[in-house]
Amino acid sequence: MKAPTNRALFLTYLQIGLTSFGGVNAWARHMLVEKRGWLTEQEYAETLGIGQVLPGPNALNTAIGVGVRFGGAMGALACALGLFAGPMALLAGIAALYDAYGQLPLVRATLTGIAAAAAGMVLGTAIKMGVKLQPTLPLLAVGLAAVALALLRAPLPFVVLGLAPFGLAAAWWKLRR
Amino acid sequence: MSDGDDLWALVWGFLGISLLSVGGGVAALPEMHRLMVENQGWMDDLAFSKRYALAQAAPGPNVMVVGLFGWHVAGITGMFAAMLAMCGPTSILAYAFCRLRGHLQGAIAMRVFERGMVPIAVGLIAASGLLLAQGAAFGTGGAPLAIAISIGSTLFVWRSRFSPLWVLGAGALLGATFFQ
Repeated sequence: MKAPTNRALFLTYLQIGLTSFGGVNAWARHMLVEKRGWLTEQEYAETLGIGQVLPGPNALNTAIGVGVRFGGAMGALACALGLFAGPMALLAGIAALYDAYGQLPLVRATLTGIAAAAAGMVLGTAIKMGVKLQPTLPLLAVGLAAVALALLRAPLPFVVLGLAPFGLAAAWWKLRR
Repeated sequence: MSDGDDLWALVWGFLGISLLSVGGGVAALPEMHRLMVENQGWMDDLAFSKRYALAQAAPGPNVMVVGLFGWHVAGITGMFAAMLAMCGPTSILAYAFCRLRGHLQGAIAMRVFERGMVPIAVGLIAASGLLLAQGAAFGTGGAPLAIAISIGSTLFVWRSRFSPLWVLGAGALLGATFFQ
């Protein structure tokens, strides 16, 4: 397989950005692994894993990882711009429409319904992820503590930095055995 | 407060949030709620949840909701400013890390870090869902129905393998029928 050009990277991520309803990662995997064959399943999983551990948007971090692999700095730029170009243009349109029509009763009612459903979607995804992790008791406790602290409106730095030592200790303890 | 002050508060706010957002955009929603609703008073609970719904109904990364928050505060300038603040510095960090990565591959420290931080991220995502549900339920005429939709969609996404787009569609339909 020939390494993709920066142009191909840009166009592929443009397509990913415009088709990825409900989160990018599943679509990116489908495109990069199955359709283009640029990455193996394992390589994509590793790149995604790093994208999730680093701070910032997962999908963007992963795109940068893919770009660096094939095209260095320019490749990373091509992927990042491709990922955002489509959704940004669409979103500007949506925001303008919302300003104009957002107060119409039908639009308000529809959006409230979507908002309630989207909230459940986030919660359901979290439960799914949590179950899949099969956490040990200490790791589960760390996760539940994060839920509780965030709901009690503890600031993010306290939650992340305060729980990190416990999370890391629990993970280290599990890996050591 | 002048528009310029708002723009700076927006940029600084999202800059700070981005650097601590392990687990991606959704895990940082509670902190965005603090910035947009509690500290700056730029919008109320329901408006916050609706912006998230709008972003979910469109394609693209979850983090696009930050663009909508920015737009609400300062129009198209705010949209680009907020997105750049949220994505710029962390992108440089990700780039630097991916360049160095070869040396770190498979290191135990990396695995401990991943396994230890993931539960925190998942916990934050769960809290985001609950906050969004609260936002959708209060401020509507039909709080019980909004809560029922949220619970139904939680179960659907958790227990089934169908695309989550189905629940957004069902939510839209139920909302249009009963919330007017």
